[in-house]
Amino acid sequence: MKSRSATRVAFEKKQKRKGVAIATLSTLLVLSALVVLVPQAPGWTKVKNSFFNGDILVSTFPSLLKAFTLDIAIFLWSLPAIAILGLLIALCRDQKSAVMFPLRMFGILYTDIFRGVPVILTIFLIGFGVPGLGLPRPWNSPYIWGTLALVLTYSAYVAEVIRSGIESVHESQRAAGHSLGLSHGDTMRYIVLPQALRRVVPANMNMLVALQKDVALLSFIGPVEILRQAGVHKSLLANFTPYVGAAIIFLAITIPATRYADYLLAKQHRERS
Amino acid sequence: MALTKLQLIDVHKSFGDIPVLQGIDLSVAEGEMVCLIGSSGSGKSTLLRCINLLEPIDNGQIVYNSQEISEPGLNPQPIRQKIGLVFQSFNLFPHMSALENVTLAPRRVLRQPKEQLFNNATELFTKFGLEDRMNHYPDQLSGGQQQRVAIIRALAMNPQIMLFDEVTSALDPELIEEVLDVLRQLKRQGMTMILATHEIGFAREAADTVCMLDQGRIIEKAAPDKLFSNPEEPRTREFLSSVLKN
Repeated sequence: MKSRSATRVAFEKKQKRKGVAIATLSTLLVLSALVVLVPQAPGWTKVKNSFFNGDILVSTFPSLLKAFTLDIAIFLWSLPAIAILGLLIALCRDQKSAVMFPLRMFGILYTDIFRGVPVILTIFLIGFGVPGLGLPRPWNSPYIWGTLALVLTYSAYVAEVIRSGIESVHESQRAAGHSLGLSHGDTMRYIVLPQALRRVVPANMNMLVALQKDVALLSFIGPVEILRQAGVHKSLLANFTPYVGAAIIFLAITIPATRYADYLLAKQHRERS
Repeated sequence: MALTKLQLIDVHKSFGDIPVLQGIDLSVAEGEMVCLIGSSGSGKSTLLRCINLLEPIDNGQIVYNSQEISEPGLNPQPIRQKIGLVFQSFNLFPHMSALENVTLAPRRVLRQPKEQLFNNATELFTKFGLEDRMNHYPDQLSGGQQQRVAIIRALAMNPQIMLFDEVTSALDPELIEEVLDVLRQLKRQGMTMILATHEIGFAREAADTVCMLDQGRIIEKAAPDKLFSNPEEPRTREFLSSVLKN
């Protein structure tokens, strides 16, 4: 006769096998339905030709990749600016004393305005507006001012993320710092911020992924980055496949980054529980 | 007669409409150990936080070494260096090792050079039997060890007075004694101390003076023998009998 634990193991194995079988079957069913049904649509041949044209994908892909380096460059040099500005705004919002009221007010206004206006609108307003002042080269480049618009918007979001981190550090930590004679500044710098910033890493990873995609919005005001490049190909070839190519390139970056953010979040949950 | 280190004169404090301290008078001599007893909400913790200037008082005076420190607008930082506070929940900085916890304030506030920082800290860790735990992080330490590190952290500033806010309440019974030993050691060295505590046995053995707090007032103040064996106030008797039952 089998022992109880052996029976239990056998039962759990059976349950697991059953689960895997059902999942596989249902996935296959949905996939085959898509493969069979979609081509039945009356316009499928046309769509296939203009969106999933293999030859065009291969021929335009290298130039898309090359244009993507500009996206990466914009992304990379706006990052530190966003981090610093976001931190400063978060610190402004954290001011509690009456003397610092203007700073706090500024922080609130800043985050309200830049989170309240659609990114694309900020990009238009700053990217077209500031060069309109007739500044000398290179200060009339929409490339610079468009990036600034991204920095302003994203630092507002990042500031809120950091502020939530600051507020998540328990009051008793500040009390401990103050009781030792540390100044407000030192308490913030050595005690509150290191803990706060660590806690908001996963949330900020998500901001990073979003920023990486939103760089493409600059295509509307000039720089020939990937989306703009895809648009050029589209006009020349009268085919939408380059857009699909661009999407593939974005996904190649954003999917691993998103998975990594999820991993960090899960790790943090494990550590705190 | 020993020098008066700290004097509280008619100290009042409310949180909103709720009065927490309603006229506290207390004077603490150099080297004296004062224990504050009383039920939760009687104002013990708030009193300690007020002495450490973490909470501003509404009325009255706090005088430290004949300087009024409760004066509004006074910079609290230099005072806090002289008056150490240890919390019930330890409040160690979780992202720093025990050593970094201890050296942060001397480094930033006293501007001690590196070597001195390290030597002072090592001396303190050794004195309290934690020299092999200096590089551990708080979550790698037991509750009793964490609380001892917290005490060392306060001592590293060379305070003149130490305040202890129910420092054993969050500890398992078998860890309480190692923290009480630290307090005994400090007492022997002549540290001036004020403790809010529920450790009646320890207060009886080690305190010079015991104050019974009730509703923000010191309703009875006496030497431990007198207060514990022969309390005058009915409220004190009631409190002691309920505490000693457990």
